[in-house]
Amino acid sequence: MVATPNGFNLDNSGRRIVVDPVTRIEGHMRCEVNVDDQGVIRNAVSTGTMWRGLEVILKGRDPRDAWAFTERICGVCTGTHALTSVRAVEDALGITIPDNANSIRNIMQLNLQIHDHIVHFYHLHALDWVNPVNALRADPKATSELQQAVSPSHPMSSPGYFRDVQNRLKKFVESGQLGLFKNGYWDNPAYLLTPEADLMATTHYLEALDLQKEIVKVHTIFGGKNPHPNWLVGGVPCPINIDGVGAVGAINMERLNLVSSIIDRCFEFVNNVYLPDVVAIGGFYKSWLYGGGLSSKSVLAYGDIPEHPNDFSAGQLHLPRGAIINGNLNEVHDVDVRDPEQVQEFVDHSWYAYGEAGKGLHPWDGVTEPKYELGPNAKGTRTNILELDEAAKYSWIKAPRWKGHAMEVGPLARYIIGYAKGHEDIKNQVEGLLRTMDLPVSALFSTLGRTAARALEAEYCCRLQKHFFDKLVTNIKNGDSSTANVEKWEPRTWPKEAKGVGMTEAPRGALGHWVKIKDGRIENYQCVVPTTWNGSPRDAAGNIGAFEASLLETKMERPEEPVEILRTLHSFDPCLACSTHVMSPDGQELTTVKVR
Amino acid sequence: MPASPPKRVLVLGIGNILWADEGFGPRCIEALAETCAFPDHVTLLDGGTQGLYLLPFLEQADALLVFDAVDYGLAPGTLLTVRDAEVPAFMGAKKMSLHQTGFQDVLATAQLLGRCPERLTLIGCQPAELEDYGGSLRPVVAAQLAPALDLALAELAAWGVAPLPGQSPVEGLADASLRRDAYEAGRPAPESACRTGDDRFFPGAA
Repeated sequence: MVATPNGFNLDNSGRRIVVDPVTRIEGHMRCEVNVDDQGVIRNAVSTGTMWRGLEVILKGRDPRDAWAFTERICGVCTGTHALTSVRAVEDALGITIPDNANSIRNIMQLNLQIHDHIVHFYHLHALDWVNPVNALRADPKATSELQQAVSPSHPMSSPGYFRDVQNRLKKFVESGQLGLFKNGYWDNPAYLLTPEADLMATTHYLEALDLQKEIVKVHTIFGGKNPHPNWLVGGVPCPINIDGVGAVGAINMERLNLVSSIIDRCFEFVNNVYLPDVVAIGGFYKSWLYGGGLSSKSVLAYGDIPEHPNDFSAGQLHLPRGAIINGNLNEVHDVDVRDPEQVQEFVDHSWYAYGEAGKGLHPWDGVTEPKYELGPNAKGTRTNILELDEAAKYSWIKAPRWKGHAMEVGPLARYIIGYAKGHEDIKNQVEGLLRTMDLPVSALFSTLGRTAARALEAEYCCRLQKHFFDKLVTNIKNGDSSTANVEKWEPRTWPKEAKGVGMTEAPRGALGHWVKIKDGRIENYQCVVPTTWNGSPRDAAGNIGAFEASLLETKMERPEEPVEILRTLHSFDPCLACSTHVMSPDGQELTTVKVR
Repeated sequence: MPASPPKRVLVLGIGNILWADEGFGPRCIEALAETCAFPDHVTLLDGGTQGLYLLPFLEQADALLVFDAVDYGLAPGTLLTVRDAEVPAFMGAKKMSLHQTGFQDVLATAQLLGRCPERLTLIGCQPAELEDYGGSLRPVVAAQLAPALDLALAELAAWGVAPLPGQSPVEGLADASLRRDAYEAGRPAPESACRTGDDRFFPGAA
């Protein structure tokens, strides 16, 4: 048994279970655990199995184009990467943006946050708790009663409605292509919902599909198009012409009204469906409070959604910034992403080389040089790894640390920091939910807490979205139609050398882009993405990362069916497309689970 | 197959332009938009790796033509067209790309919602190289762009679509900095920017 410096006990003597790939995430990831003879996880190893190379392909490009490249990194947080990128370049070149641009960017970022949280809960995470096959056994009338009890204001609740959905589902399942619901462990005793609750939640899975495609129209309106909306260094690319009719690209009253109606729909869905579902489903799993991991010890957020343009001071951010270490909630440290001593990336257990053991590099000085080698105790071959050796290099993900600490990032981290700082909206939400569910504060530090924090945050983001929409409309009515500052658009106005950093809170956590510009071109570009923090491998001191920590002590009902592992890993909403790269070698789609 | 021509047609290119031949789909759309002006009921779209985001576009189409890099297990650069019920199997048989919510899932979701295009055609090209991050189309695949467009135009003609010489609006396309010429011109050399993965993806290359 080994005790890690960050307070966890690891024992790799039991059976080894390998899950590869972990499905229903963006990108590619593998997980190995050791379980004891009771089926309890005693050691966890998480690895990004794809090489990351975004930084190197941006070298020599025009910094004003970087957003377009970062938008193509993955299919989920496109807009968040683009926003982070334009912020980094603006920071480097001292470019300020007008008030309207700040409001519009915030609306787009909040919109993406809400969209991502809903899609994550219903389309990537729900199937860890909800069993759609069991829903076929539900009584539609009882489901209707349940729906009305859970959320009296949700209009779609008749027995006939649920019968229709059930029939559609039945037809879909009977057509032999379980499609979306394949690869499930539908007879595993880890599923605790009644058939009626399963049918209700599966129905909302469909309702969420309909909603999500409406929500993204906000990006089409402000970004000119979707997918891949346009961004602009210095502001936003959409002009405002409030009295215009049908002008291409310009924001007019008709379009603002559409945005307003989408904001209302977000509110309705989150309050009538999403939050009540989290409470209802969570109610079945109240005794399943595994998965806390690092969240009760060390959490980090950069903060986001500035009230005023160009002001990123902690007090001006609606989503809180701060760092908590060693479980001391009484002290929230401020975070300075420029300080070379704070954020550093280590590669002692990653397939990269810095040339010096135990060395950490600040992202401005970051190096991405691959070095693929397996440890002496790895099993298998270089091209077919059966078992990793976590004592050596074992992941394509680097290990970022804040002042040497492994940190969890994401909605739960943001909510713990907000709660600890006494952020009024967040505190009220958290206390309200715990009261409703009759749970102590300690229940927050769990897989369920992570999932609940995301739902609460979606609701808070709806309110912020409305706030910035009102602010935008007021500003326009007062005659301010400025959306971009192009004073420093031309490279001749730039210094010969400059460096900057852009930060956002992506749906899955703290995201930073660090850029160095020389002679009008990108000299170095480093992204430290949320899943790099959460999915980080061990560091030289032996601290384990958030994914690994969260799996420890979890009891598996059937070790050969990793429902519990998926449940907890999914609660982070992992996105490995940007933390690492490349596809599985043989295109293997089915997860293999090997018990050794 | 329905007899009357489809009312709304979506021509979609999917894949990640940052991954060498994975960019085949979007590059087809780009080339098509540069040479053809389509009537209003036809939409051209670079879908990138967007997964579920593409659902609303699918729902609004009666006929869907997709360009994608597909692993048919044939010689690199081979073009193959499949239609209707065959399409999902080809797109899901091997997970070709980073679109983890594979396009197969998007089609299945559209079906579950009862709003899947009635006609589906996939024009796929066998890639030569995928594991070159920041790379571009290999010559053997680039050479298939024009033949792929010919196949597409024949398919569209069968659907009653007759484009005029000209250009299509750019809303569905990538930002100018990502268009093929600009993208290739600004690309660092493999020596200065390692673009490969590890030898699990290159057996024998170690």
